[in-house]
Amino acid sequence: MVEHGIHATQAIVTLDVALPGIIWGWMITLNMWAKSVGTGVILVGAFLLYRHKKEEMPNLRWMMPLIAFIFLNIFLLFTLADLHHPYRMVNIFLHPHWTSAITVGAWMATLFTGLIFIMTAIGFFDAHPNTRKNCALANTFRGMSGFYEKVFPFVVFLAIPVTLYTAIIMAEASARELWQAPAEVMQMMWAALMAGSAGLIFISGNWSREARRDLALVLAIATFFSFMMYMGEYFFSFKSAEAEATLAYVHAGGAYNTEFWFGMALGFIIPFFIALGNMKSDNKTLLKFAALLALIGLYMAKDVWLKIPQMLNLS
Amino acid sequence: MKLGFLVDLNLCMGCKGCEVACKVENEVPLSSWRLRVKYIDIGTFPDTSRSFTPLRCNHCESAPCERICPVSALHYLENGIVNVDSSRCIGCAGCMMACPYGAIYMDPETNTADKCTYCAHRVESGMMPACVVVCPVQANIFGDIDDDNSHISQYIMEHQGAVQVRKPEKHTEPKHFYVGGGNQTLNPLAQQRLEGYSLFNNVTHLKHIGNPHESVIDRFLEPFKNEEKLDNRSFMDFDNNAHESHEEEGGH
Repeated sequence: MVEHGIHATQAIVTLDVALPGIIWGWMITLNMWAKSVGTGVILVGAFLLYRHKKEEMPNLRWMMPLIAFIFLNIFLLFTLADLHHPYRMVNIFLHPHWTSAITVGAWMATLFTGLIFIMTAIGFFDAHPNTRKNCALANTFRGMSGFYEKVFPFVVFLAIPVTLYTAIIMAEASARELWQAPAEVMQMMWAALMAGSAGLIFISGNWSREARRDLALVLAIATFFSFMMYMGEYFFSFKSAEAEATLAYVHAGGAYNTEFWFGMALGFIIPFFIALGNMKSDNKTLLKFAALLALIGLYMAKDVWLKIPQMLNLS
Repeated sequence: MKLGFLVDLNLCMGCKGCEVACKVENEVPLSSWRLRVKYIDIGTFPDTSRSFTPLRCNHCESAPCERICPVSALHYLENGIVNVDSSRCIGCAGCMMACPYGAIYMDPETNTADKCTYCAHRVESGMMPACVVVCPVQANIFGDIDDDNSHISQYIMEHQGAVQVRKPEKHTEPKHFYVGGGNQTLNPLAQQRLEGYSLFNNVTHLKHIGNPHESVIDRFLEPFKNEEKLDNRSFMDFDNNAHESHEEEGGH
């Protein structure tokens, strides 16, 4: 029988060395997740400022860059911590290799974080005129109020490549074919919009109802399209042999199968329906719950997508 | 000049002499390999055959590891060798993620990326790589593939149609060729790793990347530590109280 004949060509590895397991682990997941929040709040914040008056979102001007600054620092900290020689990070600036998306990304992220710090300081001291009234540095930042508005469009523009460069790193990691999909770029963008809207939901308590509805709309759209893209990649798309082998293992109930579906349910399906419902009835608590679930689910989905292609033996 | 490597799998008998020679020549630490010989059993008993596949860096002409390295620690030499500068490596493991052949490892002693360099230090002195010299059946052929009269070029021409590279679909243009290979020996997706079907040891995975005794915090504290560098000679230091070496005793 032909099906028994297949065994005649069956090849089994009977002696080999120990191969590496997961090389990029949870620190890289956290790094990507934190960057999504850091750039996402700027992108979603810009959208809200375009649609609504500043007075409708009184704390946005300083809280938006503050959240971005905190999460960008988490991102940078774990980028550094994941290096086996963290102090040699300086080599990226002293000996840059420009074909590497890691180099380009590090330069852009550093510039972005620097500008976000200035915006945070200006926004904070503008919003708190009595804080450090006699401090020269604080007054310098207060005097730079006009700079905030001038630099903001550039920061929004820069947030896009800072969001996307991780997808280029993954595309350059040509050993992991699951990441070579063009959908990876859009997946990064949806993740940023999802994390950005979720991040801003936590500070939207005293905003106008219309502004909060827009936040819920962004969250609903981002979770919907992101979920659809995951499903497309997971089940339907054309896949290379290695990506197919990776996903076939997960499909069959292998490692990370449970985490993937938990991530999908918690981060995408449930928040989508809550956000959709919240556009009619303004329930702040429920919306915050949806935002929390979206952030947890996004971490899980990113974690699975990062680790599963690393389980494939390359040689 | 473009240096290339060819392994005739019809000749290889799996003695692992090349693996050992590489370890010794390059002082490759325990749990790491620049070159390894994989055994693959094909078929069902009693109709089985065993094949041996030496695996090392392919020194690609379009090397993904060189492209992704953020600090040019991985770089091309003029003779086509993809070399590593461990003093510049930041240990991001980007190259390990980019190499489609899994040929790069994180050295547990230096915590930097490392791999086969075709013994660039020996080649520079006009010698052959250690694995070539040691092979008892001359299955390893090394030389200039730009030179039509070199042994490797002649060998490739003689075996036209039977010369293969690993994963040609990746367009990395490897400069490491195989003669006598097949899908089962060169394509890892065509092989299974089954529990209970292993010789001598379990076919398994490493539990760590880089130095297993160093935590993330240790990496930050490393420059401030006042420890002596790990020296391979320390393995010979059986008596911790007596630090006199054999040379100091007058031996040689």
